[in-house]
Amino acid sequence: MWNLRDQCAIAGIGYTAFTKNSGVTVLELATEACMKACQDAGVNPDEVDGIISFNFGDSVPSMSVATAMGLKDPQWVVEYSSGGNAANLITLAATSAIKSGLAKNILCFRAMNGRSGFRLGGGRQMAAYGVTQFTAPYGWITYPQAMAMWCQRHMNKYGTTKEQLAHVAVQFRQNAMQNERAMQRKPLTFEEYHSARKIVDPFGLYDICLESDGACATLITSAERARDMKKKPVYIMGGAYGGGPAQGEDLFDIIRWPDPAENFAPYIADALWKSAGIGPMDIDVAEIYDCFTYSVIMALEGLGFCKPGEGGPFVAAGGIRRDGPLPTNTHGGLLSEAYIHGFNHVIEAVEQLRGEAGVRQVPNAEIALTTAGAMTCGSAMILRR
Amino acid sequence: MDNEYLKPLPAPDHLTAPFWDGCKANKLLLQRCKQCSTSQFPPGPLCTKCRSAELEWSEASGKAKVYSWIVVRHPIPADVYKDEVPYVVALVDLDEGPRMSTNIVDCVPESIKDGMPVEVAFKQVSDAITLPLFRPAK
Ligand SMILES: [Zn+2]
Repeated sequence: MWNLRDQCAIAGIGYTAFTKNSGVTVLELATEACMKACQDAGVNPDEVDGIISFNFGDSVPSMSVATAMGLKDPQWVVEYSSGGNAANLITLAATSAIKSGLAKNILCFRAMNGRSGFRLGGGRQMAAYGVTQFTAPYGWITYPQAMAMWCQRHMNKYGTTKEQLAHVAVQFRQNAMQNERAMQRKPLTFEEYHSARKIVDPFGLYDICLESDGACATLITSAERARDMKKKPVYIMGGAYGGGPAQGEDLFDIIRWPDPAENFAPYIADALWKSAGIGPMDIDVAEIYDCFTYSVIMALEGLGFCKPGEGGPFVAAGGIRRDGPLPTNTHGGLLSEAYIHGFNHVIEAVEQLRGEAGVRQVPNAEIALTTAGAMTCGSAMILRR
Repeated sequence: MDNEYLKPLPAPDHLTAPFWDGCKANKLLLQRCKQCSTSQFPPGPLCTKCRSAELEWSEASGKAKVYSWIVVRHPIPADVYKDEVPYVVALVDLDEGPRMSTNIVDCVPESIKDGMPVEVAFKQVSDAITLPLFRPAK
């Protein structure tokens, strides 16, 4: 179990515009976000000695960004090759590097031209090697097609409905309308949700996240150093990474996963809450990985905000509304703000805890949850001001 | 066979070739552990239950029940699947225990139900490859 409660902090955040076509390289995006994170923290990049990122073959190496920024003496330069499940894991990895002395000030980033460049949701290679030879030949190829299988299983087991999924999409759009960063700020009605183009049953267009160009970065340091920096520290209070048995031979593979009506969340819930010493009732604002509408429902159930099977009724009863018991994805999420692979959720959590979220601000937000991933493995953090 | 076949084709390897050879002979073969008799799919180097490496190939009944499914309506890649949609991809639970992904054929997508009994229906798609599809059980 991660046991560094409150010993490290997010001292700075930075992000680019989120667009459909950045017109620049991923290296430029990453460098812009990382420089802004340093400026936000009031840290000279000469003081940065660590950098970590994650990618899906669609980004630039951490060492490229370290070189582009002219970092003087980087000691900890790390990549994690995986999907959105890693968005919180790289921060947890940075805390262990800081506490073990490998580095003092670490940049964490995710950068991608996810719409104008490599489109993760648009398909995979047609060659069917490895475990893919048992999925792709049946026309089971894209991530929306992968995730629809989980959602249908949840519907079979618990009676979850499209109307309940609609509450997730519509609420996050309402949140995005308050967010000047968000890519989708047009109102979305329940009627538009239900009449949208069908992509892969049970998903229509609005069940599926955006595709985006952009980058987000954070600067992680020890709690002591963070207190001497420019911004109020946001402490990393708890964290966990993991999943259940048979996580698959790749991220797509769920053939041996015990039950796709639940994802990684219940497998990390105990470690997450114990590491922070709190429970679900203590969360003021939640930024939940929402690559698809249903993944919010599975996270709510898996982390204990409601019982298994009650996630649909929970969201339909207003549970995730801004004025409800668990204000969720206050920025609009991957569904309506942007798809920066879950790293934009960390940015939003920090702004909420600093009180910098403007019209989106959840009053008196002291403790936030961020989650990352929606399938067989994932990560989550508890942050506090 | 059809030279225009554009869909992904399995690339059999040392672990999986016996499975695909079986399909070509219209037999659904599963790895079975000689130590604990567990059947497993996809094939692996060890029995994932007892970690024995003593595995043999055993013919399955071809009977299964639908576990979950999707109906693909938006074709990706479009040039490959535009004439195929809507089509059904399913996870089916074989009577022998393992779960397998497949297509459900010979029925309308709307008729598919949780737990519906299905049976294997082999479809040759290239000289080397025959896919195990499933259809409603007779
Ligand atoms: Zn065995």
